[in-house]
Amino acid sequence: MLNRQGRPSSAGEAGTNAHPTFTGNKALAQIEPLLFEIGRHDTTGVDFDEPEEFQPRLGGLERKEPIGLPGLSEPETMRHYVRLSQQNYGIDTGLFPLGSCTMKHNARLNERMARLPGFSDVHPLQPVSTVQGALELMNELGRYLVTLTNMTAVALSPKAGAHGELCGMMAIKAAIEAKGEGATRNVVLVPDSAHGTNPATAALIGFKVKAVPAREDGSVHVEDVKKLLGPDVAAIMLTNPNTCGLFEPQVAEIAKAIHDAGAYFYCDGANFNAIVGKAKPGDLGVDAMHINLHKTFSTPHGGGGPGSGPVVLSARLAPFAPVPFVRAGKDGGFELVEQESDAAEKPFGRMTAFHGQMGMYVRAMSYMLSHGADGMKQASEDAVLNANYIRAGLSDLLSLPFGNKPCMHEVLFDDAWLKDTGVTTLDVAKAMIDEGYHPMTMYFPLVVHGAMLIEPTESESKSSLDLFIATLRDLAMSAKNGDKERFTGAPYHAPRRRLDETRAARSPILKWTPPEPVAEAAE
Amino acid sequence: MRYLPLSDTDRGEMLARIGVNHVDELFADVPKNLLLKEPVDLPRRKGELEVERILSRMSAKNISASSVPFFVGAGAYKHHVPATVDHLIQRSEFLTSYTPYQPEIAQGTLQYLFEFQTQVAALTGMDVANASMYDGSTGTGEAVLMAHRVTKRRKAVLSGGLHPHYADVVKTLSDMASDETVILAPDVNGTEDILSQIDDTTSCVVVQSPDVFGNVRDLKPIADKAHQHGALLIAVFTEVVSLGLLKSPGSMGADIVVGEGQSIGNALNFGGPYVGLFATQSKYIRQMPGRLCGETVDADGNRGFVLTLSTREQHIRRDKATSNICTNSGLCSLAFTIHMTLLGEKGLSRLARINHANAVKLADQLSQVKGVEVLNQTFFNEFTVKLAKPAAETVERLAEKGVLAGVPVSRLMPGAGLDNLLLVASTEVNTDDDRAALCAALKEVL
Repeated sequence: MLNRQGRPSSAGEAGTNAHPTFTGNKALAQIEPLLFEIGRHDTTGVDFDEPEEFQPRLGGLERKEPIGLPGLSEPETMRHYVRLSQQNYGIDTGLFPLGSCTMKHNARLNERMARLPGFSDVHPLQPVSTVQGALELMNELGRYLVTLTNMTAVALSPKAGAHGELCGMMAIKAAIEAKGEGATRNVVLVPDSAHGTNPATAALIGFKVKAVPAREDGSVHVEDVKKLLGPDVAAIMLTNPNTCGLFEPQVAEIAKAIHDAGAYFYCDGANFNAIVGKAKPGDLGVDAMHINLHKTFSTPHGGGGPGSGPVVLSARLAPFAPVPFVRAGKDGGFELVEQESDAAEKPFGRMTAFHGQMGMYVRAMSYMLSHGADGMKQASEDAVLNANYIRAGLSDLLSLPFGNKPCMHEVLFDDAWLKDTGVTTLDVAKAMIDEGYHPMTMYFPLVVHGAMLIEPTESESKSSLDLFIATLRDLAMSAKNGDKERFTGAPYHAPRRRLDETRAARSPILKWTPPEPVAEAAE
Repeated sequence: MRYLPLSDTDRGEMLARIGVNHVDELFADVPKNLLLKEPVDLPRRKGELEVERILSRMSAKNISASSVPFFVGAGAYKHHVPATVDHLIQRSEFLTSYTPYQPEIAQGTLQYLFEFQTQVAALTGMDVANASMYDGSTGTGEAVLMAHRVTKRRKAVLSGGLHPHYADVVKTLSDMASDETVILAPDVNGTEDILSQIDDTTSCVVVQSPDVFGNVRDLKPIADKAHQHGALLIAVFTEVVSLGLLKSPGSMGADIVVGEGQSIGNALNFGGPYVGLFATQSKYIRQMPGRLCGETVDADGNRGFVLTLSTREQHIRRDKATSNICTNSGLCSLAFTIHMTLLGEKGLSRLARINHANAVKLADQLSQVKGVEVLNQTFFNEFTVKLAKPAAETVERLAEKGVLAGVPVSRLMPGAGLDNLLLVASTEVNTDDDRAALCAALKEVL
């Protein structure tokens, strides 16, 4: 196999194993032990002086036993975590086409703004008079989100997407109870293609989940919804654009049918990035939708959080928004409503301590100010254009479960093209790792066999997409030509070979434990 | 637009390759009348300089903790975070990575999560910890749901010393799920009779120590009583530094330990993002919410780490999942674990002693001020004082004098008749000058 420069790209027989090193390191690829294997109990990387003698007031509940926490000096700490970081793939490393996750560029301006002392170094319970700028930012963020969605109100406090779903469904439940229908409306419709958090959220607060089948074209049909509607239906949870990468063509009709039946339309906003500035969910009949600031508005994913999941609400649900929220005060300042009793409306309760993810609000605001209305529209168009460009570049070799038609910001392939190759979606993903890419989302949505969901985002250049398409074409040809080894053994070049997940689950090792002391040999 | 690499030439070529004339043809499924022709009614794009100006102006309207004598706590604490922490968490490979679904290229995240879990388990005195929750309050809500799953009962008893925001989060969730919540009256002195509330229908007792008024609680008798009735003890903390000096909740018999980890590694951030710590006993791990990282080996036999026990989770179990949680608080848990590594046992216990010593000093000085009475017999780095005047207005007047004195209890518990009570926290950041400034300002306004 030759790489783009025509040099052999794999070392083959004369590869890495032929030149073992004393340390096990391979130049820049360093093996890093666990903290507990290199740390020492008498070491600290923080200089503080012991306090003067004093009489403790702990009521005799002082800790007597050691905790078991090793420490490292500052240079050792730096090296430990830098080496760990080098075993990670991030957006800044390369193309990260993880479908439904919107791994777009994380501008460092946003990091700098979030660290301004007036945002990062203020306490949630300081006097409101000393945090007027923070409340102004929250108010402004809310205004932007409401404007982009054409909704009535926003609950900023949910801490992540699933938490936002919970908030939206709680608002729906509160509205239903306010109408006296709490005992009878207890069913939530969830399409098969929905993300697993949707049914989990509905079930968490006592709703019964009924599945809506997906049609062969990947969309939800209003007739299928109507068949399930009745006085027992509280809501539908519909992702739009959906997880197949398609805009639900009948969304307006579905919304109308839902409303006619006295139910509510919860929209999962995970894929909002496709339509920001192009269409407003409020115009489509949505009653509640969470917005993943960490997807659409580029707050960093951070290896799995922190996220932020504000929920926009229609006029029907706005009165039930949880505390806290910001409102304009009499003197031109801002007030923070923290208690249900202080609200003119009927808040359903509280989602979290304090006021939500301020650090994420600032980053999202910085993103929105930078893009502006024109830039956000352009970003959505580019995201959709990029996904369709990949579709066009691969449609002859890979298989599209719903036919070769335009997609939104992500393109969904299935594994029909791998038939009889002995290669699976998982194998393709691992081979992509060797090629220097983060794999796409695999095996989701569940309605498609061996799903591969590719979301390039607007952050990719045309040349980056061209190389990605060429790589996938090369992989596809390779699979079809029977070069199984390239896939089933992959990854060959990552910091680890394929990891044994079954073993991890069978007898879980969830923390480090000291090795058993070696018994002394008998004399 | 500086973040968008495509040029108009690129766009034209790509549309041609796709086989459409205009990008709006790709939006064909959007109802025609609803597809926006013009950008929405918001300002147009701005350069970095302009964005910095706008946000800096907003930031400057706030009084930051470092700029004044600062004693505000009640669940979020001002601590010094070493420069190394913020540098490391901003490394691209940590900052811009995703949940480690592809473990072969996410060992950095997975290994630090494994280390984090080990640190949290050690600190709390429990067998296992998860890879973090959103924050302490939502973690407490999840702990109660977990206890209901374990005991197959549906009644939680919440101590009157539990942070009211935490109690509200639990109650909101429980009401929605039609579970029962008993919340005891505010317990200023830490002397409530919670034992008599526990019976054979109780799923769990939720007790915070140090509690929201600062009292240090002995959890052992509560654990014993709970266990006699087949209930679980959920031990909550909002100040994790206290665990450097106090007996671990696990050693006092807690079944689930949950709390806020913000104090280690994380800035105040006006309330978030923070990091929830969650630990339990081995026998309950399959009922535990949240992500878990576990050790395994790769195809070459080398040690590696993966997310594990995901059969509990919603992407597999859907409506039968243990929780709807899909993320942890990754980067905040990284900040926590780096700071904890820098501290080590030696640094953490010393940091805890400094906090306690500073609070003791402050309590002694405040009790000399006319119109101030320190109510606590025990405390760690925060305690309750009774003022001669309502605390809310006193705090406002002190703020005008450039001192942020603490949290009026009435802000957390309005209508409880505790209007003259003030929660005062003192950490390692407070100097003798800060304490003198607070005492002097109080003398003036009381």
